[in-house]
Amino acid sequence: MSNQVALTGNEAIANAMRQINPDVVAAYPITPQTEIVQIFSQFVADGEVDTDFVTVESEHSAMSASVGASASGARAMTATAANGLALMWEILYIAASTRLPIVMPVVNRALSGPINIHCDHSDSMGARDSGWIQLYAENAQEAYDNTIQAFKIGEHEDVKLPVMVNMDGFIISHAVENFNILADEDVQEFIGEYNPEHTLLDAENPITVGPIDLQDYYFEHKRQQSEAVKHAKKVVAEVAEEYNELTGRGFSYFEEYKLDDAEVGIVALGSTTGTAKAAVDNLRDEGIKAGLLKLRLYRPFPAEEITEALSNLKVLAVLDRAETFSDTGGPVFADIRSALYNADSEIEAVNYIYGLGGRDTQVDEIEAVYKDLQDILESGEVEERVQYLGVRE
Amino acid sequence: MEELAGRPKSLTEQEFHYCPGCTHGIVHRLVAEVIDELDIQEQTIGIAPVGCAVLAYDYFDLDMLEAAHGRPPAVATGIKRVHPDKVVFTYQGDGDYASIGTAESVHAASRGERITTVFINNAIYGMTGGQMAPTTLEGQKATTAPRGRDTKEAGFPLQMSEMLATLEGAVYVARVSVDTPQRIKQAKEAIKKAFKVQLKGLGYALVEVLSTCPTNWGLSPQQALDWLEDNMIPYYPLGELKSVGEVE
Repeated sequence: MSNQVALTGNEAIANAMRQINPDVVAAYPITPQTEIVQIFSQFVADGEVDTDFVTVESEHSAMSASVGASASGARAMTATAANGLALMWEILYIAASTRLPIVMPVVNRALSGPINIHCDHSDSMGARDSGWIQLYAENAQEAYDNTIQAFKIGEHEDVKLPVMVNMDGFIISHAVENFNILADEDVQEFIGEYNPEHTLLDAENPITVGPIDLQDYYFEHKRQQSEAVKHAKKVVAEVAEEYNELTGRGFSYFEEYKLDDAEVGIVALGSTTGTAKAAVDNLRDEGIKAGLLKLRLYRPFPAEEITEALSNLKVLAVLDRAETFSDTGGPVFADIRSALYNADSEIEAVNYIYGLGGRDTQVDEIEAVYKDLQDILESGEVEERVQYLGVRE
Repeated sequence: MEELAGRPKSLTEQEFHYCPGCTHGIVHRLVAEVIDELDIQEQTIGIAPVGCAVLAYDYFDLDMLEAAHGRPPAVATGIKRVHPDKVVFTYQGDGDYASIGTAESVHAASRGERITTVFINNAIYGMTGGQMAPTTLEGQKATTAPRGRDTKEAGFPLQMSEMLATLEGAVYVARVSVDTPQRIKQAKEAIKKAFKVQLKGLGYALVEVLSTCPTNWGLSPQQALDWLEDNMIPYYPLGELKSVGEVE
């Protein structure tokens, strides 16, 4: 059973949280995430969920409370954005290394400074090495679907990792879209009951969470974490398949859009992939063989599957909505190039940093990227490996 | 001819963005008047917070620094240590000073940093849309407490001034209100004293200003002033909690 509704991205995620009915939610308001927990607090007040809702004094405490709740065997959620995520930094790593399947929607917003409240991916991209699974969404539907799937991925016995559900600030979070929402009971049946293997005060199996771990075992524990991330890749696909059986929607790692016979292609993630689809359609009308790979799963990074999907391309542009300040391009570009190298690929790959601080990226700008790729295809020469799209120079 | 009214020199021409009936504008003006009267405009550095007053740097005609949420007292500490002869103040709301930045607030006071804090307490998170703050009163409605603050779940309103007055390093702590003309005059005197404490290098000075938020309280400006008097002042009593003789 599902219903079509018209809601904003924030409302979509708040409703996903209502249907999940987590045991504990601890949060601090931050634009553009605030609405999620505000709407959710109304569900708490109206008795629509059984959640213990804690209005903590900071995101550092929000994530710490989530760690405490999750270690106690509860389903714990929080939500944040930008500087709030940055303030959680210390605890992000602790949550992942302690193997606590917390779920956190992140409403992507530019990280200070300069201070800015609008969309880019500098917040979550900075957290890409924290050990969290990262999912990205093109629209409210995908943000909702990812939220529903998140606990099932994170809680899997081979995974036990926290999951970050990313959604573009304002562009998705504050825009109303039609999407399909599942019946409450279907969500409950899908996610099932959470029976953690280890929790505090399991009297038969006493444990300590997060003890000091020096030269003796720290490395082994980190190695196990790497292994869990590997397993996560498999589990993300399994859960996506199961979700697809239930809803007829979704894909595991990425969506391929007119990629089969494409010569020039783009890899991107987030809401701009919708814009890129419009650009692909326009260029196809002109007879240009353009295609798109829209990433859903960024951590773990499905390198082999991506290079396989891109293998027919001749020239590729990776769009990054974040800078790494490495002087070698954005984070997704670094991962894609590394993957192409492993695959002995001969695809020429270039990078465009776009949309920082909420700068709008329009269809004609993406079309211009494809035109650049065609120029490279024809000339065989790359003038600039990394460029900035839509910036005043 | 002597000018009896007009814009203080330490305020810019920029129009305030604050909601109708919000008292931030009054407090900005008081701070600017005090800086003018002490003739320290050219020596003063202000720290803007995150919250409704995030654009304070557009309004004060001073060198300003925009700090991360809650961190103004720590940033002010750094500035003051470099410029011990200059005047450094922070202007912060309750989400900044009494919530996310509580540790910085307590420890700047504890170290007795020679800085001045103007702390706006309106019992709500204003900028993000009226969520419950640590200062929200018992039973007061907020968007994250739609049935009103329940102390069983959310604890009790935080009395920052009382807490910080226990610290040796905080030498001047006063709570004022800007809900009546008389109290506005008293508020200005307290703010002036808090700057004088710094000019004399005596220690940390805090002025907590009870303020209104008609938009998020869901009241008209006049009702908000009445609500402040009837509800906030009984829980957050006015007056100097701590003072020192030298500035009298």
